Amino acid sequence: MTTAVKIQLAVATLMFAVAPWIVNAAPHEATMGLVYKIYFFHMPSAWMFMLAAIVSGVTSGRYLFTKNPKADATAVAAAELAVLFGLLALVTGPLWARKAWGVWWVWDARLTSSLMLFLIFVAYLLLRQFGGPGSEKLSAGLALFGMANVPFIYVSVNVWRTMHPKTSVVPTLPVSMGIPLWFCVTAFLLLFLALLSLRSLLERQRGRIDALYLAEDEA
Amino acid sequence: MRHLRLLLTLALLLGPAHAGAQPKPSPDEFVPLSEIPPEERIPAINLVAAAYGFVWVAVLGYVWTLGSRLKKAEDEIGRLERKAR
Repeated sequence: MTTAVKIQLAVATLMFAVAPWIVNAAPHEATMGLVYKIYFFHMPSAWMFMLAAIVSGVTSGRYLFTKNPKADATAVAAAELAVLFGLLALVTGPLWARKAWGVWWVWDARLTSSLMLFLIFVAYLLLRQFGGPGSEKLSAGLALFGMANVPFIYVSVNVWRTMHPKTSVVPTLPVSMGIPLWFCVTAFLLLFLALLSLRSLLERQRGRIDALYLAEDEA
Repeated sequence: MRHLRLLLTLALLLGPAHAGAQPKPSPDEFVPLSEIPPEERIPAINLVAAAYGFVWVAVLGYVWTLGSRLKKAEDEIGRLERKAR
């Protein structure tokens, strides 16, 4: 583990530990009251979910054109993080919705397309696990398909009629709500970067194990 | 004919009573919070705590599995390198 990753993990852990106090200091929202505070963890999770899908898609594209194993390792790492952060967004969202909307789930454009993206990356990981030889190319194609879904998720709330808040909410937040939000976004981003480095390292080590087994067979 | 007349009489007599005993339909429309029974209301703090708790547990669980997978891979590399020498 490099020093940069250790620093990222340490700062992210500290920020996550402090986050409840910072979130608690934020004022209550006029109509939703206390429950809107789920937003401070829900939105950064959703952003990291989309960022992970983009990283996986870009590095998969690079792998398909250059056959660089490092790009493939990063793509796998980002795909796994897309599943992790997607799960966080898809669990925290309904907990907020139950109070704010009165239902756990609605099949609107934002929620459905987010679920689809999550399932695409679950399929990616299953393909990598059980797909056998050549699955890295198939899964790279799947990651590109997943990445193409991200702009639709982002603009879905502005284009289609939905109960989900629009993208214009973040720039219009008052400072007292903006500070905890950007604090949590920074914490999630540091965590994402640290986990991406560690998971990529694991994938490269697995490649090294495969090479050592091959060398052993040839000897 | 007599049976039919009897059935009609019974339907007329029991129909309104049966309609009155029908259970309340499930709400498909907006119901104000003040009309929801107390046992169906979920306090906001429970949902906020569940959301933050879930994030913490999921992240810590993932970091733990990642750490154990890394350690396993390092051990295997060490074993294979020692064997190759």
